Amino acid sequence: MLEVKNLDKSYQKDHPALTNISFSVKPGTFVAIIGPSGAGKTTILRSLNQLIKDDNGEILLDGSNIRSANKAQLRKYRRQIGMVFQNYNLIERLTVIENVLHGRLGYKSTLAGVFGRYTQAEKEEAMSLLKKVGLEDFALQRCSELSGGQKQRVGIARSLIQHPKVILCDEPIASLDPASAQTVMQLLKDLTEEYNLICVANLHQINMAKKYADQIIGIRKGQLVFDEAADLLSEDILRTLYDQDITKELE
Amino acid sequence: MQSSAKYLTRKGWYQTAIIAIIGGTYILGSWILNFDNLSGLMAVPRAFGWLGINFQPTAKSVEYLPKIWQKLMQTVLLAISSTVVAAIISIFVALIGSKVTGINGFVQLIVRGIASFFRNIPLVAWSMILLFSFKQSDFTGFLALLLMSIGFLIRAFMEIIEDEASETMLALKATGASYFQVIFQAVLPQILPSVLSWILYMIENNVRDATLVGILTGTGIGFIFDLYYKSFRFDAAGMTVLSIIIVVIGLELISNQIRKVIL
Repeated sequence: MLEVKNLDKSYQKDHPALTNISFSVKPGTFVAIIGPSGAGKTTILRSLNQLIKDDNGEILLDGSNIRSANKAQLRKYRRQIGMVFQNYNLIERLTVIENVLHGRLGYKSTLAGVFGRYTQAEKEEAMSLLKKVGLEDFALQRCSELSGGQKQRVGIARSLIQHPKVILCDEPIASLDPASAQTVMQLLKDLTEEYNLICVANLHQINMAKKYADQIIGIRKGQLVFDEAADLLSEDILRTLYDQDITKELE
Repeated sequence: MQSSAKYLTRKGWYQTAIIAIIGGTYILGSWILNFDNLSGLMAVPRAFGWLGINFQPTAKSVEYLPKIWQKLMQTVLLAISSTVVAAIISIFVALIGSKVTGINGFVQLIVRGIASFFRNIPLVAWSMILLFSFKQSDFTGFLALLLMSIGFLIRAFMEIIEDEASETMLALKATGASYFQVIFQAVLPQILPSVLSWILYMIENNVRDATLVGILTGTGIGFIFDLYYKSFRFDAAGMTVLSIIIVVIGLELISNQIRKVIL
């Protein structure tokens, strides 16, 4: 269970980026956060694993507060929270399997991590995860040689090897072509069910949100205006969310 | 529409004004200095003519070649060793000083200050200052090149880290990796090609600069060039210059090959 209570954040004084955001997500749920650019979607996502320090509120993962964690505790929380990025954020020069194994760093001693020493079990798991995302033949290729959709699947494998409770996806399909975008969204949805994950994704594509997400959260100017099951997203709500008619997107 | 047309017209005027100012400064400068542009221009071919006649290596100057070669290799090795040592020092300093991997604002400020200090004192000044402490030796030249290279490389490496490593760093930080794990697993692999490219460029540059430093510190290829030149053995001096040019071009070709392989 992921609970967010009364989250506040402002980057400049008197210009709140987020005001009083509260929502909760049950395991096995795929959540889409939608809203205009600059509404605060990324800020929410990055404060969930404290890459951005918010100002006020509570973030509870299975009842324990991530916000009040010290450095060592925060590392332990972060390894339970995978993250997938719009630009993949892989190390392009390294091979696919090395990038996947980076997901294990949070579990390793500093020295073992620095020298990149992984156990046989970890390597085998990395291979089986690559098989799951359909990239087992690419394990020893450099990431720079992959297409966008393949890179994003490597990113997903990297987050899965963390054995996460939560996966955060920051615009996971914004740089992908429609076919790859469908593949990645389907993969995320399937994995959410299979591993009973909480998957939180920022999306600009409302049709994708409606098609794949179980729960939709609408953010407008730093405030939560909608938090319901995906089926309940209506044209009226979209109009208030984006300040204009975008009925076409729904079809 | 109206305002954007206006903007473009105004931009055109600005550009004309800037060119006029640059041209005007030049003309004003020549007038103050009594510089005769025409004869200045005419002197260039004559200078090259003189250079061609006097500096032309002759059959006799071949006998200087072993001596030149020995000194040249000394100079190349000096340049390489000073650059490599500078690179090792700079990468660690850059890591603690860059905005993404840095420790805190105060340390970043100090690192920037040090880099700028080393960089902005001219190489000639460094050599002269160090001459007092270390006398005429290879070590003086080594130190002068080292300090100068450190100034340049810290700055370059910090910018590379800030440009290339911040996104991947974020990704690994999000997995719960510790600071040193992030540095060794994300930052260093990510920046390696650009860093090597800079080191190679710095080596090429330092071979050229080492010649100048050699004239001042009385070592290496610079010293024998100075010696031949001042004793009017222009053909041998020409031979020296030719050898330097060949070696520098050779180094550039080699480093281009290395770049192709690593990038």
